[in-house]
Amino acid sequence: MAVKVMIPTPLRAYAGKREFAELEARTVGEALGRLTSEFGELRKHLYTDEGRIRSFVNVYVNDEDIRYLGKEDTPIKDGDTISIVPSIAGGCGQVRSSLWTERR
Amino acid sequence: MATKVRPATDGTAQAKLSKDEILRYSRHLIMPEVGMEGQLKLKQAKVLLIGAGGLGAPLGLYLAGAGVGRLGLVDFDVVDFTNLQRQVTFGTSDVGRPKIEAARERLTNLNPEIEIVPHETKLTSKNALDLFAEYDVVVDGTDNFPTRYLVNDACILQGKPNVYGSIFRFEGQATVFGYRGGPCYRCLYPEPPPPGLVPSCAEGGVLGVLPGIVGAIQAMETIKLILGSGDLLVGRLLLFDALGMKFRELKLRKNPACPVCGEHRTITTLIDYYEFCGVRGEESPVPQVQVPEITPRELKTRLDRGDDLFILDVREPHEYQICNLKGHLIPLGELPRRVHELDSSREIIAHCRSGKRSADAVEFLRKAGFRKILNLKGGILAWSDEVDPSVPKY
Repeated sequence: MAVKVMIPTPLRAYAGKREFAELEARTVGEALGRLTSEFGELRKHLYTDEGRIRSFVNVYVNDEDIRYLGKEDTPIKDGDTISIVPSIAGGCGQVRSSLWTERR
Repeated sequence: MATKVRPATDGTAQAKLSKDEILRYSRHLIMPEVGMEGQLKLKQAKVLLIGAGGLGAPLGLYLAGAGVGRLGLVDFDVVDFTNLQRQVTFGTSDVGRPKIEAARERLTNLNPEIEIVPHETKLTSKNALDLFAEYDVVVDGTDNFPTRYLVNDACILQGKPNVYGSIFRFEGQATVFGYRGGPCYRCLYPEPPPPGLVPSCAEGGVLGVLPGIVGAIQAMETIKLILGSGDLLVGRLLLFDALGMKFRELKLRKNPACPVCGEHRTITTLIDYYEFCGVRGEESPVPQVQVPEITPRELKTRLDRGDDLFILDVREPHEYQICNLKGHLIPLGELPRRVHELDSSREIIAHCRSGKRSADAVEFLRKAGFRKILNLKGGILAWSDEVDPSVPKY
């Protein structure tokens, strides 16, 4: 199944600066697996060491959260859009810039 | 005559609009969706804005302009030059003033008919519940994860709706949490990112207009919430991509296992949100990696006497364009695969903007076997302060 995976701004640096990737997969897990095997650095931002999707990253198939579908086993069909939506805190961006280094 | 009647604080006293107010709000009053009834609701409403920064600027201006009767502002920051690119409440003459004072003056000038309540304090687990109790709606315009979780939990515990907006570079998110049993921030994101995993400060920054747009969306939702009209962003997460100029909407469901608003609640009182977010010691910076350092003055002395030093700049190329010390540029993120560009027999001085990223670089290179490497203490900012004021700070 040909799907489009939307990559959010904070993670684009780890995905060759791409806004989205188009790939073939049957499930959400497979699609993310393909994506992270292509972009190794993205892996640690999406998954914990135990291989679970991180709790500050949500994944949607079209407009539905996969936590309320079949999680990573959620099947996908041709033309579906998978969105990776991480938590952002900003004012200026992230906890690191707002609380630490940038607060001079 | 009651021309200066303050909004009723208990919401029961009869409110009326003065002749001045009728003129001021006439473009609302002639709309059936607002009308006199809606305008009186706005006048009786009490809204608390958390943060008077990028999101807080349009929020404050539009909510004050709209005639929200009592507008509380929580902030403890001071206006600086870098704020003016997006925090449109402030002017150049406000630099150095407390934001809350400058905002109060600006908003009072915009609408003297309303009450602006400044809370020049840091929102904490100790003061949040008492503060929120005084208001009907809380609007989250903060810039960090600990405060966002604190605002969420305090809103749920107090039963107050939380109008949420956040931004990153050119992307924004907005929604309304905790409205009439709707989902909350923890339903969306049970946990914050660990500090080490968020993109480095070099990749931060924000397009100045973006908080204007997202803050205006929050202001719109706040007004709709007060008026009780339209479809609120409840159970919907609005995503805005400014570069693609696209709005998208995702379903936001209530998590039955949510620790603060779910069926079996484990959070029934406010906790330590800095600990929860992995940030220790509130305002104090996270301890930096201890690496060998050189001060800007020492570096200057050594360069002047002709020592053979290799300057390594670990910032991003766009930062190099702002100012540089003519160093060899390898962004921190590229260092692992570009180590071969460095000669470990030469003495290397690593620097970045403030000294934090270059400390990470020094740490990394020492582990990779480099022995003659020092971190420029305080980075290019300190160089500008102590050696060469012609180098711009950013």
